[in-house]
Amino acid sequence: MAAHPADALIPHTVEPHPVTGIPNGKFGIWLFLASEVMLFGALFSSYVLIRTQAPHWPPEGGLSSEILNVPLATVNTAVLITSSITMVLAWASCKMGRIDRFRLWMGGTVALAFVFLVIKYFEYTHKFHDGHFPSTNNFYAIYFTLTGLHGLHVIGGIIVNTFLLTKGTWLWKVDREHFTNRVENAGLYWHFVDLVWIFLFPSLYLL
Amino acid sequence: MAETAEHSPEEFKKHLGKYYVVFVALLCLTAITVGVSYLHLNRPLAITVALIIATVKAGMVAGVFMHLISEKKVIYAVLILTAAFFLLVLLLPSFTIFESVAV
Repeated sequence: MAAHPADALIPHTVEPHPVTGIPNGKFGIWLFLASEVMLFGALFSSYVLIRTQAPHWPPEGGLSSEILNVPLATVNTAVLITSSITMVLAWASCKMGRIDRFRLWMGGTVALAFVFLVIKYFEYTHKFHDGHFPSTNNFYAIYFTLTGLHGLHVIGGIIVNTFLLTKGTWLWKVDREHFTNRVENAGLYWHFVDLVWIFLFPSLYLL
Repeated sequence: MAETAEHSPEEFKKHLGKYYVVFVALLCLTAITVGVSYLHLNRPLAITVALIIATVKAGMVAGVFMHLISEKKVIYAVLILTAAFFLLVLLLPSFTIFESVAV
């Protein structure tokens, strides 16, 4: 295997670690995702507590589905699910040695992430225009905190995926397997962001 | 996805079908969960149905997209520990409720 700068930094980028049986990067990203489960889990648990203790939910009356924009959020759910499969196909393209296809699918993933954020921007500005802010009541506090934190994760995914799509492709020329593993790890993160939304969408908008 | 690492690109291509199946299933389940919400079921039933659908979707994303079905033991160990702590965080607030009732 050709030596490159990354080899000096992290061992077992391609070869599985003898103890874990997986490359270190993959183990690292799973540990990170475990911490992410706790981050979102703590907020979700707060939501459950606040909601079960509230005399009415939403506090202003009516239904969550009447207050929030269900059609836009449904489209956004489909957008994120689609971006998950384009992410898998980007990784699969690397596996099949097709960097051209990788660029296509990864470009699609980043584009869909932007679509998600644009739709979210319209949702937010509409709420602000109507005078609804995180300080309005517990419902909006939870809504903005959870979707805001999720939105930050989407931005994080855009940064990582754009890096892999542009400057980061240098690694493909040096060590294909290592680059493919990076794409897989970015994918694990991206699917997790999709997974969080799968729970946020019904619990905030529909119930 | 260790077991496909040794496969040739042609063989690997055969494995792609399952991703499309999961993709279509996820879109269908999204449509179902939105559709059910328009039925205006009573709240406990609505919450149960929505959370079951969400869990099935999450299982498909984690199992197939994140390759959890064919993953190494060490990752299962990490996730079981995480799930236990998540449940703890979820149930911990109920103790504060009991306390406030007692006072």
